[in-house]
Amino acid sequence: MAHSNEKIVYDVRDLNLWYGQDQALKNINIQIGKNEVTAIIGPSGCGKSTFIKTLNRMIENIPSVRTTGEILYHGTNIFDKTMRIEELRTRVGMVFQKPNPFPKSIYENVLYGPKIHGIKDKHILQEALETSLKSAALWDEVKDRLHDNAYSLSGGQQQRLCIARALAVQPDVILMDEPTSALDPIATAKIEELIDSLKADYTINIVTHSMQQAGRISDKTAFFLMGELVEFGATEGIFSNPRDKRTEDYITGRFG
Amino acid sequence: MTINYKNIERRVRINGIAKVIFSMSTIFALVVLGMLLYRIIAGSIGWLDFKFLTGKLSIFPEKAGIFGAIVGSLGLMLIVIPVTLVLGVSTAIYLEEYSKKGKLQNFIKINIANLASVPSVIFGLLGLSFFSRIMQFGSSMVAGGLTLSLLVLPIVVVSSQEALKAVPGFLREASFAMGASKWTTIWKVVIPVAIPGILTGAILSISRAIGETAPLVVLGIPALIMKVPTSLMDNFTALPIQIYYWTLDTVLTPEYANLAAATIIVLLVVLFLMNSVAILIRNKSQKGF
Amino acid sequence: MERETNVRSQIRTNIGKRKNHVDKIMPRFFFVMASVSVVTTLGIVLTLVTDAAKFFSEVSIFEFFGTKLSPLSANPSFGILPLITGTVLSSLIAMLVAIPVGLTAAMYMSEFASSRARTVLKPIMEVLAGIPTIVYGFFAYSVVTPLLINIIPTLGAKNVLSPGIVMGIMIIPMVASLSEDAMNAVPNAMREGAYGLGSTKLEVTLKVVLPAAISGIMASFVLAISRAIGETMIVAIASGSSKNFSLDITQSMQTMTGYIVEFTSGDAGSGTTGYYSLYAVGLLLFAFTFVMNILAHQISKKFREVY
Repeated sequence: MAHSNEKIVYDVRDLNLWYGQDQALKNINIQIGKNEVTAIIGPSGCGKSTFIKTLNRMIENIPSVRTTGEILYHGTNIFDKTMRIEELRTRVGMVFQKPNPFPKSIYENVLYGPKIHGIKDKHILQEALETSLKSAALWDEVKDRLHDNAYSLSGGQQQRLCIARALAVQPDVILMDEPTSALDPIATAKIEELIDSLKADYTINIVTHSMQQAGRISDKTAFFLMGELVEFGATEGIFSNPRDKRTEDYITGRFG
Repeated sequence: MTINYKNIERRVRINGIAKVIFSMSTIFALVVLGMLLYRIIAGSIGWLDFKFLTGKLSIFPEKAGIFGAIVGSLGLMLIVIPVTLVLGVSTAIYLEEYSKKGKLQNFIKINIANLASVPSVIFGLLGLSFFSRIMQFGSSMVAGGLTLSLLVLPIVVVSSQEALKAVPGFLREASFAMGASKWTTIWKVVIPVAIPGILTGAILSISRAIGETAPLVVLGIPALIMKVPTSLMDNFTALPIQIYYWTLDTVLTPEYANLAAATIIVLLVVLFLMNSVAILIRNKSQKGF
Repeated sequence: MERETNVRSQIRTNIGKRKNHVDKIMPRFFFVMASVSVVTTLGIVLTLVTDAAKFFSEVSIFEFFGTKLSPLSANPSFGILPLITGTVLSSLIAMLVAIPVGLTAAMYMSEFASSRARTVLKPIMEVLAGIPTIVYGFFAYSVVTPLLINIIPTLGAKNVLSPGIVMGIMIIPMVASLSEDAMNAVPNAMREGAYGLGSTKLEVTLKVVLPAAISGIMASFVLAISRAIGETMIVAIASGSSKNFSLDITQSMQTMTGYIVEFTSGDAGSGTTGYYSLYAVGLLLFAFTFVMNILAHQISKKFREVY
């Protein structure tokens, strides 16, 4: 497995994707940088969720999906036979739109990943538990009730739990698919703060339908429209000086 | 055109009468149930006592006890429970988690639906040919238990399927996203959530199996067995068989009707207890997602 | 930081080591388990056909559909028409009870009853459905028959009327719940159109809901018939074992199911023609219920209105 220290984590080349006969992604070429927060914006149905799910190959759970092109993760094509899907997903974690903790205790949720991948040492597990919950800014709130059911937490806490759960296997990329759209403003703010603190150690891709959110937290922004990557660049530039008219139309609210 | 208001009154009256008639139908069910229970309880007074439950079978009604039959029925369930759970849940997992939509999946589903409506005597004939004779299990609890397992298999399959379907997709997604394999996801996430539904199905199937008589009669399970069975390969008798033969011979020995009634009460109490457990499980697991 | 990277590298090593044996075996195991149901059906068909064939090698089809049935006499004959009439008549009586009562109960619960009434009545239906048939058999013989004898003094102690009625009662919950499901599936929008024009509840039920749900309702009738045909214990106990070919429902008759059970509860000498006659009757029974099943399936498919 090629381990490169380059600044590029993902190099997507000529990615096309079809759901059966419908083409959902058209010739996507993009490079995701290390330790950056990349926001993916666009109107509903533009393919942003589809795109982010190709990065950890979750999209393939849908049977009619077909792809062409390459996605290089640290130099290796993730579609290669040499790359085990399970391993890819331990290096690239995912947080979903609606918080989806397991109906188990907080403890079991966070340690689900390490345990199923064979980690048995109690010290290591305990350390992973604490570290992940602290990184997710949840430790103080739950340290006294680790064995409570995850459903007893509020929506915002559940989402941070899901983040902790993703962090426990020590990925280097975190994919987030509209992680705050089901949360109230206060919970949203907490998560945005969290993303900001996480980017020091992780590379974060976040799909968001809120341009304001993209503007607040991301370093780079990618604008998708009808399956195409219309524009990609530094967030500042995209929002103040978009090069493509379609980007400008979207940002100024003419559609979407 | 003027609307005939007298007509409306008549129609409304007919509606009211119909409502009463329809409700009578459902009350009819209540009445029947009441009659049934009354007769059974009345018939068993004085006959259902500790001696009856722990005594051995005898042709003399005053001496007869159903301990042997209770042991026999229990022995049957000892076989039915593991066999139906393993076969039924596995089939459900195959259909819901692994198989792809297509002819094969359809074929298996149709088969299950078909088996569900095959008369129980036919299962008896199958058991007689295959388990009794070919496998040489004779008239043992193994033969009876396996035959009954096949009979109630569709119940477990269908309810396990429902239980698995009810597990939300986003839980599976979360597990896959962490690099878990399909089997790990099923074992660690899906099944734990589906357990209440699976258990309910298991209880339903046992409730059905414990009262089934026809297959056992076809297998040649007798009514009068002196020895209480000690191993699953022994010959045995069971509660429904006792009820059957005692009822048949009531014309010869009227007291047999009382014995039958007492045994029915035992059977119904067991069923009531099992169904209460099932309802408890269902209520306790109502935590929504 | 050292402990932390432990997790990452340990996971990496573990995944590298893992051979995925279990992941590959489990689906195959489940498939084998799932095919047991198919094997069971095959087994049923196989055993019925092979042993029925042995029967038909000794007895002609002509005789089989004749009217003289005396399997255990010195000169045995195997005309099963008496069994067929027994089955048909008892099932008919059952349907005359189950269909009207079941359908009206379903209409009541689906369209008329308050939700309070429903919460009381539905469990009662479920209880009725869960009573073992042997208990119904006892009920038919010890309660219903004596009751009926009061009304019809010439009624035999074993007759077809009593088990027919009780079978009907047993089947009521099945008709009621399947029909109710069919009626519940009718969208409210349809009802509201009729109510808006001033229809009474009865009219809406009969003219809008029933026609829309007719496929599910008819399918439930067919399934009910199938159930009655296959029922054993109630008729075995209460309708006796007379093998005379007659149509008198006040006297004893035997059904196909009763025949099978009576023969095997004695000492069924295996290998005799009598023994094989069971499988011939069983084959006929299986064919009946199989056809009914397919019919029910087709009916609910064919007439299902796409809303």
